[in-house]
Amino acid sequence: MAHTLAAQINSLLAALILLSAFALLAQRKIMGLVHIFAWQGFFLALSTAVIGFASGEHHLYISSLLTLGMKVFLLPYILYSLVHKLKIHRDIEAVVNIPTTMLLGIVLVVFSYHLTAPIRELSNLMTRSTLAVALATVMLGLLMMVTRRHAVTQILGFLAMENGLFFAATSATYGMPMVVELGVALDLLIAAFIFGIFFFHINTTFDSLDVDQMAKLKETD
Amino acid sequence: MNLHPLAIELLQFVLLLALAPAFAGWVKVLKCRMQGRSAAGIMQPYRDIRRLFGKDVVLAENASWLFRFTPYLTFGVTTIVAGIIPLISVDLPLSATADVIALVMLFGIVRFFTALAGMDIGTAFGGMGSSREMTIASLAEPAMLMAIFTVSLASNSTSLTQMVTVMAHAEFVIRPSLAFALAAFIMIALAETGRVPVDNPATHLELTMIHEAMILEYSGRHLALIEWAGMMKLTLLFALGIASFCPWGISAGGDIGSLALALGILAVKLMVGALIMVLIETGLAKMRIFRLPEYLGSAFLLATLGMIAFFILE
Repeated sequence: MAHTLAAQINSLLAALILLSAFALLAQRKIMGLVHIFAWQGFFLALSTAVIGFASGEHHLYISSLLTLGMKVFLLPYILYSLVHKLKIHRDIEAVVNIPTTMLLGIVLVVFSYHLTAPIRELSNLMTRSTLAVALATVMLGLLMMVTRRHAVTQILGFLAMENGLFFAATSATYGMPMVVELGVALDLLIAAFIFGIFFFHINTTFDSLDVDQMAKLKETD
Repeated sequence: MNLHPLAIELLQFVLLLALAPAFAGWVKVLKCRMQGRSAAGIMQPYRDIRRLFGKDVVLAENASWLFRFTPYLTFGVTTIVAGIIPLISVDLPLSATADVIALVMLFGIVRFFTALAGMDIGTAFGGMGSSREMTIASLAEPAMLMAIFTVSLASNSTSLTQMVTVMAHAEFVIRPSLAFALAAFIMIALAETGRVPVDNPATHLELTMIHEAMILEYSGRHLALIEWAGMMKLTLLFALGIASFCPWGISAGGDIGSLALALGILAVKLMVGALIMVLIETGLAKMRIFRLPEYLGSAFLLATLGMIAFFILE
């Protein structure tokens, strides 16, 4: 066990990322979700920088800055302005039973801990223990996409999943090659714009962003 | 000069019995200041207790032995707990008789009998208070145990003195598990002592009260004992938090100098702890009772996350 200060700070940040993933599951208000998402991105950027510093892989600084710019400022800003344009910033989503979702979330965390246990044995990087947290963040994002009904919250779940994947890459192999990371970042940006256009269309067609509405085939009940 | 362990034990009982009202008074003073009112002073709880002891007991006609017995049980059990949680020294003979799980159970006994006494008279308020208290307790207790277990995992023991010894001498390591457990513990302690986001200790507003509704029928020396035990419980939960999460400065033996130092440090910690609690209480509004399961659920979640973080990250 490498109990250096960097590894400790990194595991603290990993814990905070996990906490923010649970906070995303628990939050009802859409603006609150955007804020928590920004915080998660912030912890992620910080953790990437810490890993970069401790491992001497200096390209991680670039991905850390990229994460900071994209996930803390740009994407939340895009979502923020979208939410304001669509006038849903006061919306409180009717979520089915938050405590049950939380318990499911805990089960998922334990599951990912078991899943990554063999990798922990093989790896000797200082970040190997945070891999379970990364996988758990992916799972929790997926859970959020499944349990939420509002289109914007589903997208936030998707983005949280991407955060988890990014964290998995930094903790399993000290980050992906730079080209891949740049590509993913660009993809996300474009995805955010496409989401925006889709939101507008869904909103004008169905008068609501509740995806349950889309299951209806007739225009009138 | 070294004190005998039994003398330390005795000292601890006296300290807690004598100082718990002062601590409750300090909390009230802080709260008054924070809300811009003028305070009655730290000594007010002592005056309240003396006044109540001077009054006659008014009993309902159909009160059973349970109703008369509960105040003494509450006071007695709380006093036993006072002998178990290390306040100023870890050299406590009584501490070996009960670990953390038994400690939570002792609090459980008090709650059980208070709830029974609340229903004993048969008034609507008593029953309502008991039912609410048990609802909260059933959710708060597992979370409390989870939070404490996380500390037990870190120190490899459920015995409080052992936990305190390990925690007080551990080298400085950033531990996310303990941070989570502490957050959960604070949330649960607010619920257990009936403080603001869960219950309001200052009012007797019929529809919102929980703890006060159960003890509404008590008067005279019975009420004095229950109030005094309540103050001790508040102090003890703070002491439990201090012992589990920041026991630095506690004395290892019975040396008088180190005991005095530990007492001073404890007083400072208690004052700061009270300030934090008052800040939380002033900053938050009382929650709707149907939101409470969610509040306690998130406390449980935090405690569980702390435990998971211990396995995954440490």
